Amino acid sequence: MKLIVAIIKPFKLEEVKDALAGVAVQGLTVTEVKGFGRQKGHTEVYRGSEYTVDFLPKVKIEIAVADELVTNVIAAIGRSAKTGKIGDGKVFVLPLAEAVRIRTGEHGEIAL
Amino acid sequence: MNLPLFVPRRGVLLSLLLALCSLPVLADEAALSMDQRVAALEAYVTNTDPGKSLTGIPGPGHNGWMMTSSALVLFMTLPGLALFYGGLVRRKNVLSVLAQCLGIAGLVTILWWAVGYSLVFGRSFSGSGIGRFLGGTEHLFFRGVTSAPNTDYAYWVSQNVYAMYQLMFAIITPALIVGAIAERMKFSAILCFVTLWMLVVYFPLAHMIWGATGLMNGVWNPGAGITAIDFAGGTVVHMSSGWSALILCLIIGPRIGFGREKMAPHSMVLCMVGTGMLWVGWYGFNAGSAVGADGIAANAFTTTTLATAVASFTWGMIEKIFRGHASILGFCSGAVAGLVVITPATGFVSSTSAVVIGLLAGSVPYFFVSTVKARFGYDDALDTFGVHAVGGTMGAFLTGLFATGAVNSNLTSGAAVKNGLARLVTEGGLWREQLKAIVLTLLLAVAATYLLAYVVKAVVGLRPVPEVERQGLDLAEHGEEGYIE
Repeated sequence: MKLIVAIIKPFKLEEVKDALAGVAVQGLTVTEVKGFGRQKGHTEVYRGSEYTVDFLPKVKIEIAVADELVTNVIAAIGRSAKTGKIGDGKVFVLPLAEAVRIRTGEHGEIAL
Repeated sequence: MNLPLFVPRRGVLLSLLLALCSLPVLADEAALSMDQRVAALEAYVTNTDPGKSLTGIPGPGHNGWMMTSSALVLFMTLPGLALFYGGLVRRKNVLSVLAQCLGIAGLVTILWWAVGYSLVFGRSFSGSGIGRFLGGTEHLFFRGVTSAPNTDYAYWVSQNVYAMYQLMFAIITPALIVGAIAERMKFSAILCFVTLWMLVVYFPLAHMIWGATGLMNGVWNPGAGITAIDFAGGTVVHMSSGWSALILCLIIGPRIGFGREKMAPHSMVLCMVGTGMLWVGWYGFNAGSAVGADGIAANAFTTTTLATAVASFTWGMIEKIFRGHASILGFCSGAVAGLVVITPATGFVSSTSAVVIGLLAGSVPYFFVSTVKARFGYDDALDTFGVHAVGGTMGAFLTGLFATGAVNSNLTSGAAVKNGLARLVTEGGLWREQLKAIVLTLLLAVAATYLLAYVVKAVVGLRPVPEVERQGLDLAEHGEEGYIE
């Protein structure tokens, strides 16, 4: 099992969610985050006081998937989250040691 | 058969006579002629002295306007200023600003009732030298302050209403100071400082400018030593608070992290909402200072509108030209600056002058707030000095240049003739008296604040401990959070 973590531009969330549904992903978790990579921030000015804002709002998606689905999921995210402009984001794949469905107590791949 | 025609008419006339005879004030004034009584009613309409008739009775229209104005000025503090300042501080300190406004409102009211009103608007000290600086003791604890007008100040407004109106000015003036020391002064220190400041600075200054026996009351005191004029408080309110704010912010020092950390406003939305409330409330502040619903109030209403709108737009356009975009804070700051600068002039100048004043108000404070503050590096957190001190000083001076008897005949009649003000207004030179008032106000505010700040520092301490300042004043000083997630 793998945990896929993707950082994407916030307005792309609906598109990514639909694309994931298309590759049979049943659930996902979404968090609002701030960050930057090579995309620079912006400057705000209040009565002559200048502030540089480095962090940009992003959305983090976490999906737990079976190993066979990883390639398809990464491709789906890549297709739907891409704008071609700087700041599109990244996808990370982490090994997932265990998964449990709380309601039934099932664990392993059937809990995903 | 003619009876039905005649009886009603005679009946009406009789009823009218009976009604007039039943007016309480006429119980022992049976000798007053119809002419005198009609003249009294005309005096009500023109906001002038009714003579022997209708004394002790407030006029409904004037009284109603003054009660409304009082509410409007209170609205400027609660919640106008509270939101304007509250939106400009960081999230963790928003409640501290609200608490300061609420605390000051209650504290100053108690002081005003106990000693303030009497010290500012009494006259029992006249005859002694102190009468130029303080009023008297005849109204301590509001003794004698009833619904009958105090003809030193108004013929048609209840004295208690007038006292309430002036109370709102007394409340907002110290509340302005907190803008300079926002986010880093203890609540207890603020309450101590305000108590002392009202006694040492505000009450004497308000008496000097507005008290019947005041040293600098050019319009109404025939014996005024300095024939300065200040319609709604350019010196009393804005200069005093603004210059005091500067001294206090220099003594207390900058916020931790000032210049390094981001201290941007946490809600420009609240700031703008507060600005709108300040603008609307200011109609009570300026037009209400006519102490009547008359033509002078109408003029003040107009000049206030023109100067404020022009100043707001000017500030916004300056930003657009020099910085690339007009900001909300720019429009808001410009509006407040316009309101401040027109305050001393509002019932004395023409519409054209108001537009000129607006242009200056939208540009000169801008320069102080952006360039001068950056150059000297003082942490005037919410620009109380840049807007109120600079604006108030400039407004007081401009009043000396633009005031005209054509707009306000009180400048060229009555007491003004006796003390020389009338001549200055018609022939020029009033600006010299304004300068004297400016210097005296500045010296009083600066010297007193310097002293009082160190007294409060020694007794109570000014700043919270660094951990409290870092965490935010709301939790440590008030035990509350502004926004719970």
